[in-house]
Formats: sequence, structure tokens, C-alpha cells
Amino acid sequence: MSNAVEISNVSMRFNMAKEKVDSIKEYLIKFFKRQLLFEEFMALSDINITVQKGEVFGLIGLNGCGKSTLLKIISGIYKPSTGTVKVNGTIAPLIELGAGFDMDLTARENIYLNGSVLGYSKQYIEEKFDEIVDFTELHQFIDVPMKNFSSGMVARVGFAIATITKPDILIVDEILAVGDFLFQEKCEKRINELMSGGTTVIIVSHSIDQIKRLCDRVAWIEKGKIKMIGAAEEVCDLYTSAK
Amino acid sequence: MKYFQTFLKYRYLLSNLIGRDIKVKYRRSVLGILWSVLNPLLMMVVISTVFSVLFKGGKFGETNIPFHVYYLTGATVYNFISEATSTSMMSVFTAAPLIKKVYIPKYIFPLEKCLFAFVNLLFSLIAVVIVLLASGIKFTFTMLLFPIPLLLALVFSIGLSMLLSALTVFFRDIVHIYGVFLTAWLYATPIIYPITLLEGNKKLMLIMHLNPMYYFVEFFRKVVIYNTLPNWQFTLVTVGVSLLMLVIGILVFRQKQDKFVLYM
Repeated sequence: MSNAVEISNVSMRFNMAKEKVDSIKEYLIKFFKRQLLFEEFMALSDINITVQKGEVFGLIGLNGCGKSTLLKIISGIYKPSTGTVKVNGTIAPLIELGAGFDMDLTARENIYLNGSVLGYSKQYIEEKFDEIVDFTELHQFIDVPMKNFSSGMVARVGFAIATITKPDILIVDEILAVGDFLFQEKCEKRINELMSGGTTVIIVSHSIDQIKRLCDRVAWIEKGKIKMIGAAEEVCDLYTSAK
Repeated sequence: MKYFQTFLKYRYLLSNLIGRDIKVKYRRSVLGILWSVLNPLLMMVVISTVFSVLFKGGKFGETNIPFHVYYLTGATVYNFISEATSTSMMSVFTAAPLIKKVYIPKYIFPLEKCLFAFVNLLFSLIAVVIVLLASGIKFTFTMLLFPIPLLLALVFSIGLSMLLSALTVFFRDIVHIYGVFLTAWLYATPIIYPITLLEGNKKLMLIMHLNPMYYFVEFFRKVVIYNTLPNWQFTLVTVGVSLLMLVIGILVFRQKQDKFVLYM
């Protein structure tokens, strides 16, 4: 099994209700008036991508083209309307850092909480705790409630927890845009470390330079369809010239 | 087998969420977790003061049970089911930021709220013990069966919570109507009045026997204050109702869970 992710014939259809129907009364009224016709919106149609093990795969495209939806399908947050996604190995999603932080709790408590959200065991978090704190460089704030943190500090903690494991597949969505430049460098270094350890990386970014620098292959998505898949250099050049 | 493995993987999350709820609930209160004991006691004082005026301090139930003991044992069970279900109901919906960003088995959320309510129930049992001792109710070995009705109530609550939390994602109205429903449920169950009050009325007795809450409350009272074992029909119905609710909850939840994320 050399494929880390196999995406075959995946389509994602959203019901774009013009107004959200949130109550039974509204639902009944609309039902009887026959207004329950949703506008269907194909966020993705018929996507076929195979990502090999150890590969760094980039997704590029304009805002709203379906990149993030695809990442969410791969990480199991969305179920595709049709088609299948086969994933071999563990996934660490860096889709949004610090999902599941409770801002009333301290950084220490949140490391445990967020770690468990990602499915780590207590023992594992205890083992890695110092390493996580070292990476964030926030030693003196570790027992401060996180509502007093700046957004950059929150991102540091989130990134440190998410990348502490050696996942088989790392999913990165635009997160390198947070934090100061020193921390961005540190994040990139960390991702490089993981990559050299054989981790498959799927990355979404609007920074074409970054994609070129990091990726082996790139898929260009336009309006929910794959426009092109190929070597990073080639696809990126065509993408930038198409603008 | 696969389900069991994912459950094991996320059991630390479960205990962490419960720990967080406990911490957040008692943060900045001087007496902290002691409130879980004090609250039912104070409630009991209020209710029994009111009702001892209305009922002139009469004895209650099948034997000579003082009103406040009768009330507290019933209210403990009712409060647990009411707290578990009403907090669970919003749990999936309020976990939207999390569910949208990470994959987590979604049943964790209602399950966690039910277990948190169960932890609170264990603390309020301290209040029950204090009142039993203070009222001179003698210890019997039947009392040791008290976990059975409570665990059955937990199973029932988990089922109902899964059902409600799944439906709430699609229809927020349920939250509002459920508050009213809970009040109606309180009065439909013999908690502040004796069941003997209804015995003459066949219609009301029928309704009572269709009320699942009645079985948990009565089961608990039977073993804790009446020193009797429920007969096998009664036990069978209680177990049946709990399991049926659990199965319904799981089925509805499973059928709807993939759509949650699209409605948040």
C-alpha cells in the first residue's frame, strides 16, 4: 500500500437554503407552501486524487473553489455526497489551530483537553508535555487562562499540540499565515522535519512561493473541479499566468 | 469492534470534558462542589415548607415516610434525568466549532453531559444520605440496590439525550418546548404528591404507568425508603423502557449524524 490517500469520484453537494429553516413552524409553512426547494450547490464534483505515501501534495485555487471542503472530507469531518475516500494511517489535521480550546481554562489544561480532542492518551500527553511547552516558548504563561492570550499565542499552542505526534498524514490549511515570522519559520521547519520522517503532507495555501518550495505535486481546483494535476512547478506557473 | 476501538481512543477526551465541566461549573464559587449537596437540601427545605403548610405535615407513601424524605428521593432521580437531557440537548449544537474542525465521534457530547449529570447525582446522593440519617430511617440491605434504578435512569437519559441532541441540530424550537415539557413531566410524576392521591382515578393511573419517569422514581424509592423489592413485571418494564429509549436514541443519532455538520 503505497497510497496514503485515495479519493475516488468524490462529489460534495450542499443544500444552499436561501434562508436557513431553523424551526418546525417555518419548516411546516415552507413545506406546505412547497418552498422547501433547496438550491443545490456542488462544492466539489467528481474529484479523483491519489496521494502517495511520503509525498507533499498541494492544493491551489481561488477562494471558494472547494479546497477546504476537500480537506475536511479527507479528515472525516464531512461525508462526501457520493464517492469514497480511503485513508491509510493516522491523520493530524491542522485545519484550524486550537479547535476545542476552552478559553476559560489555562494553557496547561487546554493542552490536555486539545490533545484528547485529537485522540491522544493521557499518558502520551504527559510524556510530551514539556516538549509542547518548549515549542510554544510560553513557559511563564502556562498557567494563565487562555482568554488572556493573543491570537498568535493561541496559534502557537495549537500548532505545538497538533504536530507533536508523528502522524502518517498531516493536513495543513493556511495555518502558516499566523504568528510572527520567527514562529512561521519554526513551523515550516517542523513540517519539514515531519516530511523527512516519511509523513505525507497535504497542504493548502495561497502563497504560491510556499507551495512551490514545499510540494512535489499540486492539484489546481477551479469551481469544484480539478483543472490540473501535476508537478508543482508546472501547475503553479500555469496558475499564476492564468490570472 | 471498530466502534469499540474508537470509543477507547476517545475515552480520555470523555473524562477530560467531564473534568472541564466540573471545573467550569464551580469556578469562583467559595463552596465549590459542596453546592451539589447543598442545592437539593435547600430545595427540599423550600418545597417541604410550602407543602407541609398545604398538607399539614402529613405522612406520605406506602409507609410512614415524612414528606421531605419522600420529596427528596423522587426529586433526586427527576433532577438527574432533567439535568442530563436538557444539557445534552444543546451539547452537539454548541460543539459546532469543534465538530466543524476536527473529526470526533459525535455521540461523545450527549454522552459526556449525561455522565457529568451522573457525577452531580452522586454528590446529591450525599444529601439523600444526610436526610435519611437525620430522619431516623433505618439502614436496610435493600438500600444497597440503589445503583440499579440510577444506572437504568442513566441508560434512559443517554438514549433520550441522543434523540434530543440530534433533533435540536435541525430544529432549535425543541429547546424552548422542552423546558415546558420538563415542568409538565415533574407534575406528571409523583414527586411532590403521593401516588395514592391518584389511586381512585383510573385514567390518571394509566397515564402514570405510561410515564417512564414514574418507574425510575418508584424503583429508587422502593429500595431506598420502602425497603421492598420491585416485582418482576415492574423491573422488566423499567429495564425495557431504558433499553428501548437507548436503541431509539442510537438509531436516530446514527442516521442523522453525518448531516449535523451541514446544519451548524
